[in-house]
Amino acid sequence: MTAAPVLLSGTVRMGARTLFPPLRLELAPGRWTALLGPSGVGKSTLLRLLAGLPIGGTFEGRVENRPPVALMAQDPALLPWLTARQNAALGARLRGEAADRDRLAAVLRRTGLADHGDKPPAALSGGQRQRVALARTLMEDRALVLLDEPFSALDARMRLAMQDLAAELLRGRTVLIVTHDPAEAARLADRIFLMTETGLTEEVAPACPAPRPPADPAVLACQGALLTRLTEAPACA
Amino acid sequence: MRLTRFLAPPAIAAGFVLLWQGLILATGLPPFLLPGPGAVAAAVIAQREVLTGAALRTLAEVLTGFALGAGSGATLAIAMAAWPRLAATLRPALLISQVIPTFALAPVLTLWLGYGMAPKIVVTALICFFPVASAFLDGLERTSPVCRDLARTMGAGPAREMWHLRIPMALPLLGSGLKLAAIYAPVGAVIGEWVGGSEGLGAVMIHANGRMRIDLSFAALVVVTALALAFHAGISLAVRRGLARFG
Ligand SMILES: Nc1ncnc2c1ncn2[C@@H]1O[C@H](COP(=O)(O)OP(=O)(O)O)[C@@H](O)[C@H]1O
Ligand SMILES: [Mg+2]
Repeated sequence: MTAAPVLLSGTVRMGARTLFPPLRLELAPGRWTALLGPSGVGKSTLLRLLAGLPIGGTFEGRVENRPPVALMAQDPALLPWLTARQNAALGARLRGEAADRDRLAAVLRRTGLADHGDKPPAALSGGQRQRVALARTLMEDRALVLLDEPFSALDARMRLAMQDLAAELLRGRTVLIVTHDPAEAARLADRIFLMTETGLTEEVAPACPAPRPPADPAVLACQGALLTRLTEAPACA
Repeated sequence: MRLTRFLAPPAIAAGFVLLWQGLILATGLPPFLLPGPGAVAAAVIAQREVLTGAALRTLAEVLTGFALGAGSGATLAIAMAAWPRLAATLRPALLISQVIPTFALAPVLTLWLGYGMAPKIVVTALICFFPVASAFLDGLERTSPVCRDLARTMGAGPAREMWHLRIPMALPLLGSGLKLAAIYAPVGAVIGEWVGGSEGLGAVMIHANGRMRIDLSFAALVVVTALALAFHAGISLAVRRGLARFG
């Protein structure tokens, strides 16, 4: 990948309040970047700026080299009147294009949904729904993938399984994962940024390739360090 | 549970008839002021041809007016949801028009449109218009923000976002609006018939009153009630069937 890195620099104000001071976030091409921080510091706002979506405040700054993005959030946001397969192909439907049948079948197979394609979301488990959301993200085939706490509503076992699947299937893309879970950042990210009221600081990520085993000593050490840094950080208003 | 649901309407009807008969026995009201259930039933049977003809006429007005009112209400809601500036302009007008007693317009409409079906259809349409427009608009304006974000990043234009996302998501609220409109629609048609013209159940009631045929007037009222209940039940069923998969 020789693409220029996506770069966000600037500050966001919400009325009289400064949500975050001037900061700089560079996303290494083809790598996973984690944005870790407590609730309310503005992680989702930052992600929305990268996605080109409207935010609640005013942004002073700029985003450079922003490619088209694919988005995945905690809420799988499946449309209840469409089947799992149709939900996975939602992008094509919304653009008035025909979905690529072969690619759709392949993506459903890779996300473990081959037997569930005709089911409506109501007939799927929480983990399966999140896999449909992942399949929908993969169908978009975008260079930049933005994940906003994608697995935080899942139970521990499902969360680990989804992390493994996402790490495998999104390998090679530029990924930003917003999370409040140090373990998630330690397992998945190549670079980890801690976001607090005072700005961004880069933390050390484990060196081994992701997805890393949850009990790997390097992962546990990183997780512990992140947790310590999180609790040191001043509490948000 | 099921059984009580099925038995409730006949039980309520029977209770109502008993109360009605009891009231007559207790007060001694003469039949020309308040006819008993028996007399009204007899009038329904004796006048069945007149009542059936009138009911079909009223039903035609109700169906046409409902379709027109609901159709234009839903169309306006979509237009307002698509163009927020249009919504900002029209919202006060919509609110004001909602508090105007539409029934009060019936005489004027008769003056403008004559004694045929047109004024009845227009009163019915006006009555159906507002609940449908406001409920549907409510739904269209509350599209899940997560879904709208998705649509934007996926490159959906406003028209496709409306068609594939916002309209289906708002259908349950459109359903509520339709059911509400279905309750008022027959009332609108009957009031239109009261004001002018010689056909329909409303006209039968007015004429019967004028000739002191209070039993026939009540018979027409019974038929109106049955028609209104049947219409509402039909629309509710259609809404439930149609919306089942849009949950
Ligand atoms: N649309 C909005 N209007 C007003 N305030 C908002 C809006 N979106 C977010 N905020 C505020 O901005 C702050 C940061 O929000 P967010 O970026 O969602 O934080 P995080 O994702 O880190 O939890 C919160 O205090 C939130 O209340
Ligand atoms: Mg957030």
